Amino acid sequence: MAGVAVRAEGLSKRYRIGQRVPYKTIRDTLAGAISAPFRWSPTVLKRSAVRNGDQNAIWALKDISFEVGVGEVVGLIGRNGAGKSTLLKILSRITEPTEGVAQLYGRVGSLLEVGTGFHPELTGRENVYLNGAILGMKRSEIDRKFDDIVAFAETEKFLDTPVKHYSSGMFMRLGFAVAAHLDPEILLVDEVLAVGDVAFQRKCLDKIRDVARSGRTVLFVSHQMNSIRKLCDRGIWLESGYVRHSGPIGDVINAYEASLASPVRERGKGGATNGAAQFVGWEIVEPHTDQLNVLDTQGPMTVKVILEVHRHIRHGVHGIALWNTDDQLIWAWATDGLDLPPGTHAFLCNLPGLPVKPGAYSWQVSLKSDGQLVDDWHCVPQMIIATAPLADPRDNWSGLLNIPCRFDVLEERRS
Amino acid sequence: MAVLEATREQRSYPEPAPTVVIRPTRGWAFLDVRELWAHNELIYFLAARNIKVRYKQAAIGIVWAVLQPLAMMAVFTLFFGRLANLPSAGVPYPLFAFAGLLPWQLFSRAITESTNSLIMHQRLITRVYFPRIIIPMSVTLAALVDFAISAVLLLGLMLAFGFRPGAAVVWLPLFVLLLLLTAFGVGFWLSALNVEFRDVAQAMPFLSQLWLFVTPVVYPSSLVPAQWRVLYGLNPMAGVVEGFRWALLGAGPAPGPMLAVSSAVAVGLFVSGIAWFRRRERTFVDVVG
Repeated sequence: MAGVAVRAEGLSKRYRIGQRVPYKTIRDTLAGAISAPFRWSPTVLKRSAVRNGDQNAIWALKDISFEVGVGEVVGLIGRNGAGKSTLLKILSRITEPTEGVAQLYGRVGSLLEVGTGFHPELTGRENVYLNGAILGMKRSEIDRKFDDIVAFAETEKFLDTPVKHYSSGMFMRLGFAVAAHLDPEILLVDEVLAVGDVAFQRKCLDKIRDVARSGRTVLFVSHQMNSIRKLCDRGIWLESGYVRHSGPIGDVINAYEASLASPVRERGKGGATNGAAQFVGWEIVEPHTDQLNVLDTQGPMTVKVILEVHRHIRHGVHGIALWNTDDQLIWAWATDGLDLPPGTHAFLCNLPGLPVKPGAYSWQVSLKSDGQLVDDWHCVPQMIIATAPLADPRDNWSGLLNIPCRFDVLEERRS
Repeated sequence: MAVLEATREQRSYPEPAPTVVIRPTRGWAFLDVRELWAHNELIYFLAARNIKVRYKQAAIGIVWAVLQPLAMMAVFTLFFGRLANLPSAGVPYPLFAFAGLLPWQLFSRAITESTNSLIMHQRLITRVYFPRIIIPMSVTLAALVDFAISAVLLLGLMLAFGFRPGAAVVWLPLFVLLLLLTAFGVGFWLSALNVEFRDVAQAMPFLSQLWLFVTPVVYPSSLVPAQWRVLYGLNPMAGVVEGFRWALLGAGPAPGPMLAVSSAVAVGLFVSGIAWFRRRERTFVDVVG
């Protein structure tokens, strides 16, 4: 290890609840000024709110310290809301930490989104230059890399077409291509691989791997443990704003996944419960892999949902539903007449197959007892379907289903 | 080669100075000119994008940049020049109005578009780091293109009316500078305020109308009673517009105390605009995002 690339000491970020919620209007401030006439100034109002209201503040990050060596590839893992994105935003200087210091040694490139600043009315060529400048490239540098960028994106023919006419796949490819040619010494990547089709995802991953192999430092956020395991040397696991565990990537992922498989649900999160029973975890038990939320084969599958019953459930009705990220209901099922004594129960759902296109999906489970809602949980983590696409993978407009098709032409009648 | 190796050796020595240090900042800050300069191409690209996008979907495109000021001039000439018979300091009214509209349109476009600029570029500022002040800056710089087109038009009009600029024209760059200071300053203030108070954008059409009427665009400042004229200069655009007319057309007297007041206010707006913007920019992302 040749020195330090990133050093964070005690990084913390506090959001006032309400600071994230929209802007205020002058009326609100005036109202505040009338009730507290001697504090009239938005600054003063804000400060006083912070000072006397810890209950009004949440710490998205608390006291994060770590070091990343030059050339190391580090995966940041953790559940939604654990603070991964906030940490990347601080390191990319998009937002300031509330406390702590971070030192970065080298040119930083951050890729928090594909195609930032692309304007639909501008052509592919114009957007490459604009996006390059936004990401911090010099014009001469873009000139030099232009052909490579276009070749990587495979959009040569459409360079002088406004990007509003691009398919979403082309848009993504061009956006990623610019960012991929940034050549930073420290690369910060946030979940960009969650978008686009599988072929594109693979290409992005390969490119990030190239960057990593060429001795660059990479900090990588993803929910796809497969990618993280393949790419990273070391892992940092964040939970509720703290570093829960850090070390060799295998150890960190194992510990993280073990925590997901065991009863993990945070109290009172993700739905309603009246206390009689609570869903606490879910996993795919068949086919069994080391990633309990990833389905990567066609064919039969079984989902297990774990329920902790505190008070006897009589005439229970259990519902289970599968949603895609567009909130479309994919499938649902309900069972009634359940009689569940206190204890831990596992509900097993066996399906002959789940032929939906690859991507992220969420299970939702609910339980009613005597017509009253007992618990309703949007399961975390999401289920990742990573089966090979059977439809045309060139774009992501291939519908909801992932099923093979046999196609024939018959001549019914000759004219 | 040996020398090169040696330097490289030294550079990778374990503890070089960090390239970037991130820590919470407090208090007032002024412009980081070095950092701004490092992003000069971004300023250029964003300004160019504003211009391209503005005219891209319009059927007659950039012709609007010519039509708009001419149409305004025609309307002003008809209503204020002919019907209301406002004086025009001994200059043909169309020329008088146009010389006032030239700086006014830059100012009005700059402040209107600056106000919304940070909200419009919300995705950008929540995804990428760069000095935030570049955003309202690039809006005002983009307005310079229309300004240049209008300036050429004005030159044509002057020729058509048989006007030739006198020696006073050497002062014009000074008035352009004053105009830019004012436009930047007000733009910084309004863009930063609008992040926290969206009321600013709502009040904008009214504010810009009002400002037009307290600026001597359709009438000469000689209509303002002499004892009020220095006070009138508190509106920096009053000094700018009078200055433009004097430098280009030789209309009115050489600006005196009123200009001094306008200049002081313009500089004040510029400096305080930067300071306020820099102070509030730390929370932009948290409020906007």
